Amino acid sequence: MYTQGLDVGSDSDRTTAPTGPEERFQARVDAEEKIEPRDWMPDGYRRTLIRQISQHAHSEIVGMLPEGNWITRAPTLRRKVALLAKVQDEGGHGLYLYSAAETLGASRGDLVADLLNGKAKYSSIFNYPTLTWADIGAIGWLVDGAAIMNQVPLCRCSYGPYARAMVRICREESFHQRQGYEIMLALSRGSDAQKRMAQDALDRWWWPSLMMFGPSDGQSAHSAQSMRWKIKRFSNDELRQRFVDATVPQAEFLGLTVPDPDLAFDEATGHYRFGAIDWSEFERVLKGDGPCNRERLEARRKAWDDGAWVREAALAHAKKKDARAQAAAA
Amino acid sequence: MSDNPLFDYLLRLGDTSLVLGHRLSEWCGHAPELEEDVALTNIALDLVGHARLLLSYAGEVEGKGRDEDALAFLRDVYDYRNHLLAEQPNRDFGHTIARQFLHDAWALELFETLAGSADERLAGIAAKAVKEKRYHLRHSAEWVVRLGDGTEESHARMVDAFNRLWRFTAEMFEADAVEQALAAAGVAPDPASLRPAWEARVDAVLAEATLPARPATIGTSGGRIGRHGEHLGYLLAEMQFLQRAYPNAAW
Repeated sequence: MYTQGLDVGSDSDRTTAPTGPEERFQARVDAEEKIEPRDWMPDGYRRTLIRQISQHAHSEIVGMLPEGNWITRAPTLRRKVALLAKVQDEGGHGLYLYSAAETLGASRGDLVADLLNGKAKYSSIFNYPTLTWADIGAIGWLVDGAAIMNQVPLCRCSYGPYARAMVRICREESFHQRQGYEIMLALSRGSDAQKRMAQDALDRWWWPSLMMFGPSDGQSAHSAQSMRWKIKRFSNDELRQRFVDATVPQAEFLGLTVPDPDLAFDEATGHYRFGAIDWSEFERVLKGDGPCNRERLEARRKAWDDGAWVREAALAHAKKKDARAQAAAA
Repeated sequence: MSDNPLFDYLLRLGDTSLVLGHRLSEWCGHAPELEEDVALTNIALDLVGHARLLLSYAGEVEGKGRDEDALAFLRDVYDYRNHLLAEQPNRDFGHTIARQFLHDAWALELFETLAGSADERLAGIAAKAVKEKRYHLRHSAEWVVRLGDGTEESHARMVDAFNRLWRFTAEMFEADAVEQALAAAGVAPDPASLRPAWEARVDAVLAEATLPARPATIGTSGGRIGRHGEHLGYLLAEMQFLQRAYPNAAW
């Protein structure tokens, strides 16, 4: 699931003068070579990647909550199995991404601690509630759809482990996106009550999905450095436009109305023009005042705290086993 | 009970898988470690997958046009045939693991036998499930050992978990006219025949986990004939909500 759009910013390396290694590094990036964990890299590049990859991992983990919310209520066994598999994939994505961050010298324990103490960010989209079954369709279709727009270019990210993780993740995301669209299709071909459910979900998820691409290019101060390092390939607005262009015809096919009175196809440019995004809402949710920010973090903390005795027991057992093995060998 | 033992038997197996899968799926996103979120969800996925195969077959055997979803979502508590063990609430991770272990040790033995069933369809379903059950049992048994032989707290929690659950295990080995008819036809084993291997597995793991020995069985039963505890009604209310609220809708 999930995507970027947090616009994490990048730490330009003010402390390091552009001497030999940095120039060689940039030359390799410019030549589209992959940077690997043991290679020299600027501190800012490392910090930017750790922040971006860990925020991506946290988003996968927090994203399990709104969708997990409907596993026990899925309407058919086939849908239940598909949703279980999808949420399991998200946990798997979290695992690869934490591993990718660890190749940069971060520790998963520290990263998770930062999520739980509220220091680290995750995608704001997961601070919205899943109120009906249609929300599971809308998340797959729109949220995973937006994630794919953001993540396909990351498969060519200059940092090798991240790029490779993204190849696998994107493959699974596009499967999720089709599943989500198929849920919406079934609803939009269903009873009046189901159509209403589908429209209501689109009404609530459309704008937050557009916000997933992050602030407009003019407001996004750090993008340039990430572009130069080839962590980022396209600007927020370019990706947002692609998403709108791809998604509006899909909504039309479903017979649903995109909740934007200003939406219109521009013959001259070949793109859809869309209305102004309410960035005050984005800021509010980002700062912690979205509909479910507190609930999401509380759920993660509760899982962590309730599981403390289990993790302690596993460690204690491993120690006892080692001690017994050593005693036996002695 | 219907007049079709195979139908009744498939419901007993299918409902047990479905209800236990539902319980495990409640953990998704809330487990002690991310690896366990993935593992428990994966096991839930397998169990619901087995339930689909078993309930679809049950619907065909019944011949009244009910498919897996009609059976899963449109039967009330007294028509559900799962083991009482499967419907017990998760409580903490230790209870979930103890419940799973007691089930897995039985289910692996059962499915290994069913893979040789005279009923080819059932034999095929069981052969597929055996591979997954092996992994499930390895997972739950390893955790019983870690938690039993971990810290004082984890040991005490596991003692409590097993103490709560033993009484639901006798049901797995009981037989009535349904199992007797299928055993006579070579379709399913006599449930009592699974007990020695189950006891040996359970006892070995408890010993390694430094947990108290298995008590002589005292049992409460009834799930197989639709006499359940209070928990199952809530589980079904949640699971069946959409099908009940929007009758005849296609999803």
